[in-house]
Amino acid sequence: MNAPGAASGGADAGTRPRVGLFVTCLANIYRPNVGLAAVTLLEQAGCHVEVPMTQTCCGQPSYNNGDLDGAAKTARQTIEAFEDFDYVVAPSGSCGGMLRDFPRLFASEPGWQQRARAMTDKTYELISFLTDVRDVTSVDAAYPHRVTYHDSCHGLRALGIKEQPRRLLATVRGLELAELADSEICCGFGGTFCVKYPEISGRMVADKAAAINATEAGVLLGGDLGCLLNIAGRLGREGGRVRVYHVAEVLAGMADVPGLGDPRRPKGGA
Amino acid sequence: MEPLSHAFKERSIWALQDETLQVALNRAKDGFAVKRATAVDRLPEFEALRDRAVAIKDHTLENLDHYLERYADAVERSGGKVHWASSAEDARRIVVDICRASGARMITKGKSMVGEEVGVNGALEEAGFEVVETDLGEYIIQLAHEPPSHIIVPAVHKTRGQIAELFHQNHEKYGLTRKLAEVPEMVNEARQVLRGKYLAADVGITGANFLIAESGTSVIVTNEGNGDLTCSLPKVHIVTAGIEKVVPTVEDASTLLRLLGRSATGQDMTTYTTFTTGPKRPGDTDGPEEYHVVLIDNGRTTMLGDQFREMLRCIRCGACMNHCPVYGAIGGHAYGWVYPGPMGSVLTPLAVGLKEAGNLPNACTLNGHCAEVCPVRIPLPDLLRTLRHREYQLRLGLKPMRWGLAAWVWFTTHPRIYRLGTRVQARMLALLAGRKGRFRRMPLAGSWFRGGRDLPAPQGETFMAVWQRRQRGQG
Ligand code: SF4
Repeated sequence: MNAPGAASGGADAGTRPRVGLFVTCLANIYRPNVGLAAVTLLEQAGCHVEVPMTQTCCGQPSYNNGDLDGAAKTARQTIEAFEDFDYVVAPSGSCGGMLRDFPRLFASEPGWQQRARAMTDKTYELISFLTDVRDVTSVDAAYPHRVTYHDSCHGLRALGIKEQPRRLLATVRGLELAELADSEICCGFGGTFCVKYPEISGRMVADKAAAINATEAGVLLGGDLGCLLNIAGRLGREGGRVRVYHVAEVLAGMADVPGLGDPRRPKGGA
Repeated sequence: MEPLSHAFKERSIWALQDETLQVALNRAKDGFAVKRATAVDRLPEFEALRDRAVAIKDHTLENLDHYLERYADAVERSGGKVHWASSAEDARRIVVDICRASGARMITKGKSMVGEEVGVNGALEEAGFEVVETDLGEYIIQLAHEPPSHIIVPAVHKTRGQIAELFHQNHEKYGLTRKLAEVPEMVNEARQVLRGKYLAADVGITGANFLIAESGTSVIVTNEGNGDLTCSLPKVHIVTAGIEKVVPTVEDASTLLRLLGRSATGQDMTTYTTFTTGPKRPGDTDGPEEYHVVLIDNGRTTMLGDQFREMLRCIRCGACMNHCPVYGAIGGHAYGWVYPGPMGSVLTPLAVGLKEAGNLPNACTLNGHCAEVCPVRIPLPDLLRTLRHREYQLRLGLKPMRWGLAAWVWFTTHPRIYRLGTRVQARMLALLAGRKGRFRRMPLAGSWFRGGRDLPAPQGETFMAVWQRRQRGQG
């Protein structure tokens, strides 16, 4: 392995698949709990998890704003950090989808394109990796709440993630899933879109919040922190009746911290 | 039409604040998507049909010159005349000349998006002709002096009350003075007015959904039958069509027809599908004496040769805009030119330039819903991204965005600095937010909050920091 990494797990690491966790910028900065939940779920699924320290961003801001050279620059760094793993896993359909798009960045560099392709072939979004590659059929978690689920667009359309999180959520003790009307309609985040066209984005997320409220669920789950920050921001503005978590936090039994945008608990309190 | 796409931002904000428009948009919103889904579910071979459609279109575009020649030959054989227009001006001039030569006064028109594209109506009116749109939706927006806001339902942005008011104002001169409230009454009244126009018209102009190369036939679909009357009653029939409309055979046209109705309105087949080939032949009981086809390029051959060729597969079904959440929020007029929604956001910059229409490819979340439903599988988000790349290369975008991207690339290609920087950022934001756990406002981040939302605060530590500590703890 050519990247300085830090490993989890014990002595039998040799027999388990080595998974490189691509933690994503948003989980790194905003919600380390999502990264920890991902590690827990991967370890429960029999993987040996490593976190290369040279990873940063998937390059999507550059890619989607026309700076393909910039995107290729970050992509090379990511490929170098991850290409030696058995699998690369990200707790995000959007960043995972971006990693899958890497070969397109190297149309005129066959060497890099080949390396990109080799890496993307073993790159997955977290939940679909658990169900589709590791054949996980249930989790050991309890979450006695009525929840609803937003299908983030990139995971849904680029990676075909729809049933996988629902299958696992169905095995969480006490959890009741109320399906969201129009769960496949974009929440209006769209990366830089949400700050370039905030008024349109705001309308879209207000519609999303209205649909969430209509389910009467107390919790919203999803697989992409970008969308979840946007939705939690809107729900918070409306009064914050609905908690927001990444689906991995619930599946790993780690949703015992305040949700996105929730008030922090006073130290020493319950 | 003079493009207004540079003002997209302002226009989209007006649209969001226009309560009547929002009523009309909300009413339309789910209707089309649900109808399409139902129609698609009823047809198990829908996906296979899409593949065939793509193959037909790709093959035709690959051999476009050949099929256009075959089509033109067939039209001439059937007694019609073909005119080639390389630009919008050419197209306008040709249409006006034909109308002048035939001594026309009154012209009826069927719905034609390419007609809107090249500005046929304006040119004809300027030349002194009376032009009447016969598609109900087009008729309504003609009365309102507005461009279409949707390629299939051009007046989708109008409420029933607005239409009643328009009819009331404009139909008085025909002695129709009652103010109407119900849709069927309004449809009847429009029919009554239009009937007189059909009979008085000297020239009928229609678009074409397909042009069949083997027979020189032009195909149009309508739900009102207005197309039939427009092509067959006047003594001159002019077909205006983009060159990408040609398909090799009638078989190919029917494959595409099966997709068109379902994708557009969820109909298995539109109410009327009209095939016209040449002028009236000896022995025919009706039909025009002259049959003209104006084949319009207007930038299409350029698209054929570059990365945007796939866009020429478009059959103008409107499914992409019916499923676009941005279009659903702001409607079609904000886009500022003829074609709105995802397909318009690709076509408009190509037609009027990125300088004018740079906002359009950017005003998209790349959620992919459009590509999922496009019957001819046009990768619309990819094409929009390609336009953003072109904009970036031409240095047309906003400067601060450019600097921001450059800074981000530098930051993220220096992992140590990234780790440190994100650590500081996470800590600072968490401290600033304090107990509340979220921000209601923040200097320099105003745009986020203009979307009517708070910003959740980070937990406080970065994942990398937590992980490193955990590793050290484990020794
Ligand atoms: S781009 Fe596709 S979905 Fe949109 S109008 Fe054209 S054919 Fe229909």
